[in-house]
Amino acid sequence: MKMMSMGAMVALSLGSSSCTQVNVEEFLQKHFREMTEAEKKEVIRRLEETYLRKYGKKFRISTQPAESGALWGYGLDLSRCIGCRRCVYACVKENNQSRVNPQLQWIRVVRLKKGSLINLENAEHYYHPETVPEPGFMYLPVQCQHCENPPCVRVCPVQATWKEPDGIVVVDYNWCIGCRYCIAACPYKGRVFNWSEPNIPADELNTDVHYLGNRPRMKNVVEKCTFCVQRVRNGRYPACVEACPTGTRKFGNLLDPSSEIRYLIENKRVFRLKEDLNMEPKFYYFFSA
Amino acid sequence: MEAWIFFKRTVRMVFVGTKVYYLWCAFLLTIIGVAITFYVKQLDAGLIVTNMTDQVSWGLYIGNFTYLVGVAAAAVLLVIPAYIYHFDPIKEIVVLGELLAASAIIMALMFVFADLGRPDRFWHLIPVIGILSFPNSLLAWDVIVLNGYLVLNTIVPIYILIKTYFGKEPIKKLVIPLVLFSIPLAVGIHTVTAFLYNGLAARPFWNASILAPRFLASAFCSGPAMALIIFQILRKTAGLKIRNEALFKVAELMAYAMFINLFLLGAELFKEYYTATIHLAPMKYLFEGLHGHHSLVPWIWSAMAMNITAFLIFLIPGTRKNLITLNIGSLLIIVGVWIEKGLGLIVPGFIPDPLGEIYEYMPNINEIAISLGIWAFGLFIFTLFMRIAIPIQRGDFVHSKYGKVDIKRQYERIKP
Repeated sequence: MKMMSMGAMVALSLGSSSCTQVNVEEFLQKHFREMTEAEKKEVIRRLEETYLRKYGKKFRISTQPAESGALWGYGLDLSRCIGCRRCVYACVKENNQSRVNPQLQWIRVVRLKKGSLINLENAEHYYHPETVPEPGFMYLPVQCQHCENPPCVRVCPVQATWKEPDGIVVVDYNWCIGCRYCIAACPYKGRVFNWSEPNIPADELNTDVHYLGNRPRMKNVVEKCTFCVQRVRNGRYPACVEACPTGTRKFGNLLDPSSEIRYLIENKRVFRLKEDLNMEPKFYYFFSA
Repeated sequence: MEAWIFFKRTVRMVFVGTKVYYLWCAFLLTIIGVAITFYVKQLDAGLIVTNMTDQVSWGLYIGNFTYLVGVAAAAVLLVIPAYIYHFDPIKEIVVLGELLAASAIIMALMFVFADLGRPDRFWHLIPVIGILSFPNSLLAWDVIVLNGYLVLNTIVPIYILIKTYFGKEPIKKLVIPLVLFSIPLAVGIHTVTAFLYNGLAARPFWNASILAPRFLASAFCSGPAMALIIFQILRKTAGLKIRNEALFKVAELMAYAMFINLFLLGAELFKEYYTATIHLAPMKYLFEGLHGHHSLVPWIWSAMAMNITAFLIFLIPGTRKNLITLNIGSLLIIVGVWIEKGLGLIVPGFIPDPLGEIYEYMPNINEIAISLGIWAFGLFIFTLFMRIAIPIQRGDFVHSKYGKVDIKRQYERIKP
């Protein structure tokens, strides 16, 4: 009996799929930040093969590092947001989130009764009107706030998540052990979990991906907004900024004095969500009107 | 050579027993078998087979983990009086208490493992080959202290038992420092586990300084309660020699612990309800329900009733020194603290979630089956420990130089 249970344990630890060469390599894969350039290349090659086999599509996986002199910040104009959630769906599409079982979204737009902003207890997460905006309500989009002092990074027992030099908080999906301590630590609900193998229709896949960003994930790992690391490191706006029909969303380099985000911080009355928790988010809310 | 013979004899010992012993082991192994099938399903499909979600991202597994760390920590309650005050009747049950602690830690670690999304990447936690984020992550601290405590609570009783088997006294200079070291470590494992939750600014329900003291107080109730029941069962079935006097002494210490536990809870309730800030919400959800959601309310009030009743039973000498009421009180504490420290502590931490959403969580059949399996495994390990430890302590299972090998006699029931 003891032998049987030992055998079962060994079988379980090897996983339910057959033990192929790729699986062994994936199992032994190092932490992203400890890989040499050659090792990174090898991992990317293997990943591209895996994706080709799995989805029948050719992926381009970037490992482009942060450029020096960049520290990304986000601005969100609450006077303009109409609660249409186009940002949510643009994000899902751009970043290859699982569509159903589980349905994962990195941006959450909550509806608040006018007169209340700080106490989110009366926030409505599942509003479904015919048209937006609705009279008497305002909308508050929330996503990862890319804290300078991120509690999620501090609690991770294996350093599977960290803050990049350009301020973006990323996850190595191949190093995450799925303990979900980071989800418990985040005061902004910035993280979601792949409770099962993600479900993405093959024809909706975005094949232009970053290793630390929107590449397809696997089951039982955590994921989050990366400010579209695959885009912003190539001089593009995050998908949510581009998708917003009202110009609610602003983005730029906090270290560049002539950037739009610096203009907003200097000329608008900005605030940050739950500023009292001292996590120093780089996500600035403001009212232009 | 001698060690090999000892090992062979212990293995043989484990396979021989009374009808009750065989039935009990078969019962536990059946539960374990069923649980393995559920765990395979969870591994295959992912944690989606549980009722946990992005809103309530920890549930029954982590609740059980927290509770069992408490049970393990409470071995100290049996050790302190034995070694510091030389209270002799308790001394003989220290070995059993430490083995109970070891079994509880094994269960606690298995619950973390069951909760882990990627058990295949467990090695990432091992220093040197993986990356253990010490000292930043409290979970890394917990991995270290829990494993240290497990090693200590296995080595000390095994050493004492082997010495006894060979008819020798354990070397006091070796054992006593180790046992004394296990006292701060016991406080340590439960404090670190409390800090795991306590250190999260995002969760006001846990972010209260009273959490660690409350953890310790409740652990010093549930752990000894479990020990009291188990020792009586072993006295009946395995001929464990233990006097009532020792049981009553433990019960008295439990009354103090329960008083502190209830007092700390009262202090917390006062602060939250009197100031009534928005951080009252999780407490309100637990005790009254929030915006029409109240699935935990009947649970927490049952737990309150059980804990208060048990406190009175253990406080009054008449009921404390009566085995029937003593056992009722112990069972009430085991269940009451399980609710309070399990679902009652973990789930309200997530309700409402940081953006104010309320998702009500109750474990489903998969989580319950896997949890029962882990409990059965822990009891099975403990049973095997006892199968060896009790005959050695009773002097029936000793080196052939000191006694005749008579396997039959070794498990016969002996009247206390």
